[in-house]
Amino acid sequence: MTDTAQIPDSVYEQGEYNFAYLDEQTKRMIRRAILKGIAIPGYQVPFASREMPMPYGWGTGGVQVTAAILGRDDCLKMIDQGSDDTTNAVSLRGFFEKTAEVRTTCETAEATIIQTRHRIPEKPLTGDQILVFQVPIPEPLRFLEPRETETRKMHALEDYGLMHVKLYEDIAKNGHIATTYAYPVKVNDRYVMDPSPTPKFDNPKIDRMAALQLYGAGREKRIYAIPPYTKVKSLDFEDYPFEIQKFDKPCGLCGAENVYLDEVILDDRGGRMFVCSDSDYCEERRADGHLGPMAADPAAARISSTGIDGAKTGETVR
Amino acid sequence: MTTAPETNATQESRKTPATPPLAAGFQDPVHDAQACFRAAMNAIARPGTRQAVDAGGLTPPAPLTPVAAALALTLLDYDTPVWLDKPLMASDAVKAFLRFHTGAPIVSEPVEAAFALVGNPGQMIPLASFNQGSAEYPDRSATVILLGQDFGAVQAVTLQGPGIQDSAAFSVSPVPPVFWEQVAANSRQFPRGIDLIFAGDAEIAALPRSTRIMPTEV
Repeated sequence: MTDTAQIPDSVYEQGEYNFAYLDEQTKRMIRRAILKGIAIPGYQVPFASREMPMPYGWGTGGVQVTAAILGRDDCLKMIDQGSDDTTNAVSLRGFFEKTAEVRTTCETAEATIIQTRHRIPEKPLTGDQILVFQVPIPEPLRFLEPRETETRKMHALEDYGLMHVKLYEDIAKNGHIATTYAYPVKVNDRYVMDPSPTPKFDNPKIDRMAALQLYGAGREKRIYAIPPYTKVKSLDFEDYPFEIQKFDKPCGLCGAENVYLDEVILDDRGGRMFVCSDSDYCEERRADGHLGPMAADPAAARISSTGIDGAKTGETVR
Repeated sequence: MTTAPETNATQESRKTPATPPLAAGFQDPVHDAQACFRAAMNAIARPGTRQAVDAGGLTPPAPLTPVAAALALTLLDYDTPVWLDKPLMASDAVKAFLRFHTGAPIVSEPVEAAFALVGNPGQMIPLASFNQGSAEYPDRSATVILLGQDFGAVQAVTLQGPGIQDSAAFSVSPVPPVFWEQVAANSRQFPRGIDLIFAGDAEIAALPRSTRIMPTEV
């Protein structure tokens, strides 16, 4: 490797990235796909996904969508499983700070564009905000029918019987619908869509959401969208209605109820706690003086004093 | 590419050129296009709402309007065949402007176009003439941009569908007399169908195919 100290300044002056990394023709192509995606809610629009300076699976689809819509005046929030401070969120936020020099934030209410991996913020979004999802497998029928030609035909014919068979088999095997994330939805009474691997806890939030939702799948080269106030129904049966996860305890740190909780392992003797997955929501509540049952616990205090986010996943607490 | 009409370059014709110099494109191509796109995106995501478009820097040749030119510069390129209606097609300056700045191939058959620019919307050809997309690829349909639109007209329709909370009133002119029946038929064939963008003086509005038209009882 070259010693970076030896590289003359003139090398860095030779050029810089276009605003938000992508070239203008790529942005136009993505923008056209976004417009068609919004016009056909839930339909996956093929687009010429570019190779990005990060591996597939790191949100290349979401990054390309964000880069295509981002403007100088936008304020960007990046979350990964609800947290602003996990690896994926930090690196993608840094990517746009570097290539677009836009303002970034961790506060949900302050952001104009929120790019998310697998969660929707607990705080209701407004009509001025845009939610961009990173999607790994956009095709909800893919694990039931591997052929793209067939799934495309199934969408065209609105032939979604197979999906209901899958949910029915869940019930036959487990006594209930065992799908807990990437729970299939029907958008605007027409297209069955994968809401990305968000927990099904978040499905009610995408129904008639005030904010525009854009979904980008980089490796699979698809963009889809849900306009504001669009009916989004989670698939179910009359006798087995759709239900979200319920937690018997509130958040250990902020005491919030009816939020999605992450399990945090505290020690190797079985100690554990459940805390808000949405780190910004939890911090805001604690700043407002809400205290959870474990907020005074020494182990929990260690977590919350260093910022809860470092301890979001069990592996970071050793 | 953009060949000016062949003239005998005499001293006299140089003084009074047959075509005026090519009008400039966006002053700030990156950010002007982004702002215009966001307006178009918001318009399609919220059908019937008016979105401000700042096309201040643009002085395209008539009958192309600044707002329509901004949309063209934002959305068109070599990937998007564009169809022009008669008044626009008749203007060499408009064709030269679009060819130079966007590189979009100009086609004469409406069904071949990804985008259509309609300079005289009162006499517009039927919406069914444009590419409606297929059942398997409904995204391949055309986007039709109507120029010179005024949003203050009395005759209003009520809109319902994705992007609209309950229902929204929308009025626009000039449009052909049978326009609203055509738009209603367009939305009935969802997911196939074209998407409409209305370009006014400083605002745009849009009706994607997902929007249902409810005639207002008078």
